[in-house]
Amino acid sequence: MKTDSRMQVQKTKMAPLIWVVLLLSTCLTGLLIWTVLKIPRPLPSLAPEVANRLAASGVDNSVTAVLLNFRGYDTMLEVMVFLLGAITIWSIGHAPFPPKIQDTSPIQTAAVRLLAPFVCIIGGYLVWQGSSHTGGAFQGGAVLSAGLVLLLISDFLGVQRVKSLPLRLGFTLGPLVFVGMALWGIIAGGSFLSFAPHQAGALLLLLEAACAVSIGLTLAAFFAGGRPLDDLREEPYSPGQDEGEG
Amino acid sequence: MTIIITCFDILLAGTLLWLAWQLLRSADIFKAIIFFISFGLLMSIAWVRMHAPDVALAEAAIGAGLTGPLFLAALRRMERRQRKERRISPPEERNENG
Amino acid sequence: MTNLLYSLTGLILFIFGFFALIVCAHPLRKILGCNIMASGIFLFLVATSYRADAAAIDPVPQAMVLTGIVVSVSFTAVALILAIHVRKSVPKNPQLGERSRKDEAAS
Repeated sequence: MKTDSRMQVQKTKMAPLIWVVLLLSTCLTGLLIWTVLKIPRPLPSLAPEVANRLAASGVDNSVTAVLLNFRGYDTMLEVMVFLLGAITIWSIGHAPFPPKIQDTSPIQTAAVRLLAPFVCIIGGYLVWQGSSHTGGAFQGGAVLSAGLVLLLISDFLGVQRVKSLPLRLGFTLGPLVFVGMALWGIIAGGSFLSFAPHQAGALLLLLEAACAVSIGLTLAAFFAGGRPLDDLREEPYSPGQDEGEG
Repeated sequence: MTIIITCFDILLAGTLLWLAWQLLRSADIFKAIIFFISFGLLMSIAWVRMHAPDVALAEAAIGAGLTGPLFLAALRRMERRQRKERRISPPEERNENG
Repeated sequence: MTNLLYSLTGLILFIFGFFALIVCAHPLRKILGCNIMASGIFLFLVATSYRADAAAIDPVPQAMVLTGIVVSVSFTAVALILAIHVRKSVPKNPQLGERSRKDEAAS
């Protein structure tokens, strides 16, 4: 009898609004499935054009060629969106830091100390490999940022010791190099973001390296969650400032 | 051979849908975030199946490996104020308090 | 067909995420719903352009999805920081607290 009352207490009633949303979702699902079944086959695609011009793009991987050369404008704007995310997060509050990192076990410390050089090697190799095989700036930058997050949570990089000026330069390195390449395209080739075929390989590698550094730092700053404590034009941080943050 | 691949496809798609459903209907937010991380890893396998290895690498590193810790850090910051239990509390306790 | 199976999976993931965004009360679960929606759309994009031989991939949807994954992590990070600060600055209203706990129990 005790279990009966417990089961009855457990049954919650769903509000009528939820039934309305469920009905709408089911109708939307049916409509979308019907649309998917009506897609004309064979699909129109740009793959033959990409394959024709792959030799002139400077890389051998078609996804990297589309991402950085043929649709480089989209990637440039996307790197700017990253910068905008970093600016927003820095504008809202300070990065929280605990008074001391609790219970970092010696296994964690030793493992992170061993893994950190490998993270650099793997990240750099993924950026290099993007020209011919799978890889590229985003993948290498993400691996680098994972290494930085490991360092942050294992007390190798204290949040209170991080200086803000190198971080600012690091965030803007990717977008600046991208815009610089775009303007160089105007000076040397005549149109925005145009790469001459014999120079395209080297230019794209430089671009990927800069973007990988920038992406790594920005993603780690997303994890840290706020601006550093000695930001440039503020008063020095006083501990009770953000209502006991930390 | 194609029978095996078809079974693998059905299993992968079914597990993705089951993980998404459990993610949204589990009572504990911490459990939901762990489901989200495993959802990201299985999505990475789905990208490999779709012949998209670049997207698989990016999803494994960014989608599962960075978004998961972002959520966990946010959960910790949100609950520091309220000191809420992160384990599933039995229903009669919840309804007594509520 | 593999195309159809994964496209429909992507669609249903989108609908799950949309439902969670509307119905669930906890802000973290709403943001999780947004991420599931994004993953569903990416799966739909790439699955629609899937071809059986591995040499003739279509690179344009894959480049779009790569850009989309990066933009989704960016908006997730900003949304999480905003949710943290909203949760910290909303004063503790006992009626609001009670309703959100019941919604937690219901969702």
